[in-house]
Amino acid sequence: MATVTEAPPLAPAPEKKPPRKRGRWTPYLLLLPGLAWLFVFFALPMVYQASTSIQTGSLEQGYEVTWHFSTYWDALTEYYPQFLRSVLYAGSATVLCLLLGYPLAYLIAFRAGRWRNLIMILVIAPFFTSFLIRTLAWKTILADNGPVVEALNTLHVLDVTSWLGMTVGDRVLATPLAVVCGLTYNFLPFMILPLYTSLERIDPRLHEAANDLYAKPSTTFRKVTFPLSMPGVVSGTLLTFIPAAGDYVNADLLGSTDTRMIGNVIQSQFLRILDYPTAAALSFILMFAILIMVTLYIRKSGTEDLV
Amino acid sequence: MAFVNWLKRHFVVIAGLFTLGYLLLPNVIVTIFSFNDPKGRFNYEWQKFSTDAWTDPCGVSGLCDSLTLSLQIALWATLAATLLGAMIAFALVRYRFRARGAVNSLIFLPMAMPEVVMAASLLTLFLNMGIQLGFWTILIAHIMFCLSFVVIAVKARVMSMDPRLEQAAQDLYAGPVQTFLRVTLPIAAPGIAAGALLAFALSFDDFIITNFNAGSTVTFPMFVWGSAQRGTPVQINVIGTAMFVIAVLLVLVSMLISNRRNKQKA
Repeated sequence: MATVTEAPPLAPAPEKKPPRKRGRWTPYLLLLPGLAWLFVFFALPMVYQASTSIQTGSLEQGYEVTWHFSTYWDALTEYYPQFLRSVLYAGSATVLCLLLGYPLAYLIAFRAGRWRNLIMILVIAPFFTSFLIRTLAWKTILADNGPVVEALNTLHVLDVTSWLGMTVGDRVLATPLAVVCGLTYNFLPFMILPLYTSLERIDPRLHEAANDLYAKPSTTFRKVTFPLSMPGVVSGTLLTFIPAAGDYVNADLLGSTDTRMIGNVIQSQFLRILDYPTAAALSFILMFAILIMVTLYIRKSGTEDLV
Repeated sequence: MAFVNWLKRHFVVIAGLFTLGYLLLPNVIVTIFSFNDPKGRFNYEWQKFSTDAWTDPCGVSGLCDSLTLSLQIALWATLAATLLGAMIAFALVRYRFRARGAVNSLIFLPMAMPEVVMAASLLTLFLNMGIQLGFWTILIAHIMFCLSFVVIAVKARVMSMDPRLEQAAQDLYAGPVQTFLRVTLPIAAPGIAAGALLAFALSFDDFIITNFNAGSTVTFPMFVWGSAQRGTPVQINVIGTAMFVIAVLLVLVSMLISNRRNKQKA
C-alpha cells in the first residue's frame, strides 16, 4: 500500500559492498567501548546480585555464598502482598493510561490540524520539570479539603471507591487511588507517544474507504483504526507497565504504609535495613516476573519486532 | 438530542483535551505555588501571594549546589553516552558481524528492566568492589542507562539514510574520513541530537538509580526527595517553573526559526 504523502520508493540500493580488508575490525572497535560499559555496569551487576541473593551472614561479619536458596522462598512468602499490589497498581495505571492516552493520541494524529505541534509540545514539556516536583503537586491537588476531594464527596464517588477499597473514608491522599492516579500521570506520555507514532502512520484514505463502504464511525474505529494501531498499544503498555511495576516514588509520596509496592520494599531493604540477600532476591524475583509477563504478553499480541 | 449528537461528534476532542488537562494540571499547580508564602515547612496549601522565592531562588542552602551538580552530571553523561551510543548505532547499521543478536539484547535489556532492579544490582557491584559512592558512581550509572536510548535514536536515523550518498562521495574520490565527516555525520546529526537531548533529560531527572548509588552526594532530584520528607521550600517550585518555561520558549523559538527558513526556501 503506497501513501500519497510519501515519495515513490527508489529502486533498491545495491546491497553488495566491496570487501574491504581494512574495515574488518572496524565494527568491533566501534562496538567495544559501549558494549564493555554495558557489560561491566549492567550485566556483571546482575551476576553480583545473583550471588548476593544466595549469601548468608551479617553486615558485621561479612557475607558468604552458602547457596541459601530459601531466601527466595522467605522473601516471597513475606512480601507477596507487595508483589500483588505492584502488579495490580501498575496494571490499573496501564489500563487508565490507555483509556486516557488513546483519545489524545488520536486527536493529535487526525483532528488537531494546525494545533498538532503545539499539543505535542504540551505533552512533552512537563518532562522538563522534575517528575518529583510534579508528583508532589498531586499532594496539593488531592488535598483533604481541596476542591477535587470535595467534589468527589458531593457526588458520592468516594463512597463507591471506599466500598471498593480504593479509598479510605473521605480522603484520597494516602490511599491506593492516589497512588494509581500518580502512576497514571507519571507514565501517560510513555503511552501517548508510541500510540501517536503508530496512529500517524495510518493512511487517512483507509478511513475514507471504510466510510464509503457504509461503516459507521465506531465500526471504522473497531475494524480499521484500532487494529492498525496495535503496535503502538503494545509498546505503550510495556513502556507504562514495566516502570510502573518497579516504581516506589508514587507509593511513597502519595500513599501510606498500606500501599507499599515491591519497589518500596527493595529500596528500604537495600538502603535502610541493609539486608542485602533479601533485597537482591526480591529484585531478582521482580525482574523474572516482569520478563515472564512481558514475553507472554508479546507472544499473545503477536508483535515480536518491537525494537 | 442536538447536544448528544454534538457530544458524539466531538467525543475524541473532548476526551483528548481532558487528558491534556490532566497532564498539565500539576505544572499549573507548581507554577501557582511558586508564588506562595507558606506558613509551615511544607508548601502544599495556599496562603498568600509573594514573590520572595523568585527574587531569591538560591535562598535555601544546598539547593543551587545540587542543581549545579545535576547539570554537570547530565552534561558529562550525555557526552559519553552519545559518543558510545552513536558508535554502536553505526556499527549495528553499517556492518555485518557475529553475535549481532547478543549485542541487540544487551542494548534492549536495560530499557526493559525496571529501574529499581538496575539500581539495586549496580549497588551490589559497587559494594562488592568497595567503590566509594558519589559523583563517579552516579555518572557511571547514568551513562549506562542513557546508552541504549541513544543507540535507538541514532539507529533509526542512520537506517533511513540512503547508503548510495556515501557511495557517491566515495566515487567522487572522498576518503573514508572525509566521507564520514562531510556526508554521514551531517545526515545523522538530527538523530544524534535527539539521542543527546533524550540522554540529558533522562540523566537530569533520574531519581531511582541515583538514590541507590549516590551515597551522600545530593543531586537536584535527591534534594527534592529529601525536602519531601523534611519540608518543601518554595524555591523548588521556582526552579521547576523556570525549567518548564525555558524549555517551552526554546522549542517555540526553534520552531519559529525553522518555519521562517522553510518560507524563505519556498
